[in-house]
Amino acid sequence: MNLCEVIKPGLFTTVQDLGRYGYQSYGVPVSGAMDNYAFIVANLLVGNKPNDACLEATLLGPELEFLNEAQLAITGAVLTPTINKIKAKCWMTFQVRKGDVLSFGNFKSGLRAYLAVRGGIEAPVVLGSRSTYARGGFGGFQGRPLRAGDVIKAYKPETFLRSGLSMPHHLIPIYGIKSTIEVVLGPQSDYFTETGLGTFFSSMYSVTSESDRMGYRLDGPMVEQKRSFDMVSDAVPVGAVQVPANGKPIVVMQDGQTTGGYPKVGIVITPDVSRLGQVRPNHKIKFSEISASEARVKLLKHIQGISQIKDKLEESKL
Amino acid sequence: MYQTTRYMPVGDKALLVEFGNIISLDINRKVHALNLAILQLGLKGVVECVPTYRSLLVYYDPVEVGYEQLVLRLRELENRLKGFRVPIQKRMIEVPTIYGGEYGSDLGHIAKHHNLDPEEVIQLHSDREYIVYMIGFVAGFPYLGEVADEIATPRRKTPRLQVPAGSVGIAEKQTGIYPIESPGGWQIIGQTHLRFFNTQRNPPTLVQPGDIVKFKPIEVEEFENMKVKEDESM
Repeated sequence: MNLCEVIKPGLFTTVQDLGRYGYQSYGVPVSGAMDNYAFIVANLLVGNKPNDACLEATLLGPELEFLNEAQLAITGAVLTPTINKIKAKCWMTFQVRKGDVLSFGNFKSGLRAYLAVRGGIEAPVVLGSRSTYARGGFGGFQGRPLRAGDVIKAYKPETFLRSGLSMPHHLIPIYGIKSTIEVVLGPQSDYFTETGLGTFFSSMYSVTSESDRMGYRLDGPMVEQKRSFDMVSDAVPVGAVQVPANGKPIVVMQDGQTTGGYPKVGIVITPDVSRLGQVRPNHKIKFSEISASEARVKLLKHIQGISQIKDKLEESKL
Repeated sequence: MYQTTRYMPVGDKALLVEFGNIISLDINRKVHALNLAILQLGLKGVVECVPTYRSLLVYYDPVEVGYEQLVLRLRELENRLKGFRVPIQKRMIEVPTIYGGEYGSDLGHIAKHHNLDPEEVIQLHSDREYIVYMIGFVAGFPYLGEVADEIATPRRKTPRLQVPAGSVGIAEKQTGIYPIESPGGWQIIGQTHLRFFNTQRNPPTLVQPGDIVKFKPIEVEEFENMKVKEDESM
């Protein structure tokens, strides 16, 4: 069914799900939501499956006119959404009718907001996912960010939720201007000097404006390498912290390249990749070291935490 | 090749199996043998693998399998593969290529760099059969090797913001083909009409690791005709 027409596209609004797995060996990046946590919660708030497609808005959200009745939820960055110019609540289910206009105002905190619709955004499955990979020109809505005049479709839900859900306050993340990001050393941390590693873990790095869904280019003290290596390219996972010859780290994000030749000082832990997805240009980050085994325990807890959210939302109905 | 294969965690849900740190056919064969074995056996908890020149990155689901457990299984598999040679696919892909001019604007630079005629560069590049070592960088980019020492050339100092799809490039001893328009730092010597990546195909890439690629020099007219046909079929 036709969900809405795009009046204004916003800065960079794309269709995403949890990503495209199984094609990195063909050079295809994972793509998918930059903040998995906010994305999954948005879906759960409208009773969807965690992987149903949503819209990801960046800093300046879109203006959308609804062409049908729908149940929605907005999570993630605080981009001040309004319905017909009346403030809309985030992190809870709400209803729109035909003709209603959703728009976004000031960006208060965070970078990316998620708009989920009951039933899920309709988009063809390309290589196993509905996520947009804009550089490759495929997935999502015609392989590109939304433009004015686009008509977005959604799968027609069999039923509407009878009562709305809301996220308990203490579980709503707060997006600050300084973040500590945990990193597991390796696989090429031995390419760096002790001083270099010391600098990396003790300095503040600012996210530059040359940062996007592919990667975050950081500015700050140079991370010293033992000598200038011509490393033989190997695989690059999401969250990899690459350091080119200029010593300025680049964190690889969801649309990043699958292989590369820069030494990787470490890998950002999965829960913190989501947090990084909310960090804006000019905001500061500090890296802290975590052992691989601690990181694994943390990830399992994180996964468990997400699986419990659904129950907590159900409780919110009472 | 390392005496002992290195196993190490990469972040919190991936495991690297590294056989060496150089570009070598023997190392690369080991990588692909292990990758194939994992694919065939469907190891529990493995989400996907990324084979490269010298290592295999194994992504796993930490709920399904623990790191230590997976290392044990992979070591066991690696031992079983010792002395086993992967059957080499003899798939050969010919890549018609228009060299030089607007299609290969760094051909002159490479010739000058090595004190050769552009014609000699073309001949040296198209004489060899290249192996596909891996696919990466952007969707469908095949890393081919190795070019003759006489034409091996470092990357451009300033990468181009836009390299057209089908561009054939050289970086050191590697050669490769840009499957889609993208930024890039390789020295561009020509262009092919062949599209190396198409989401409608399964697998989506025209060549697979282990395939042999040979470039065939063609003339402008031939290239333009084939390009029109290829674009119509997409």
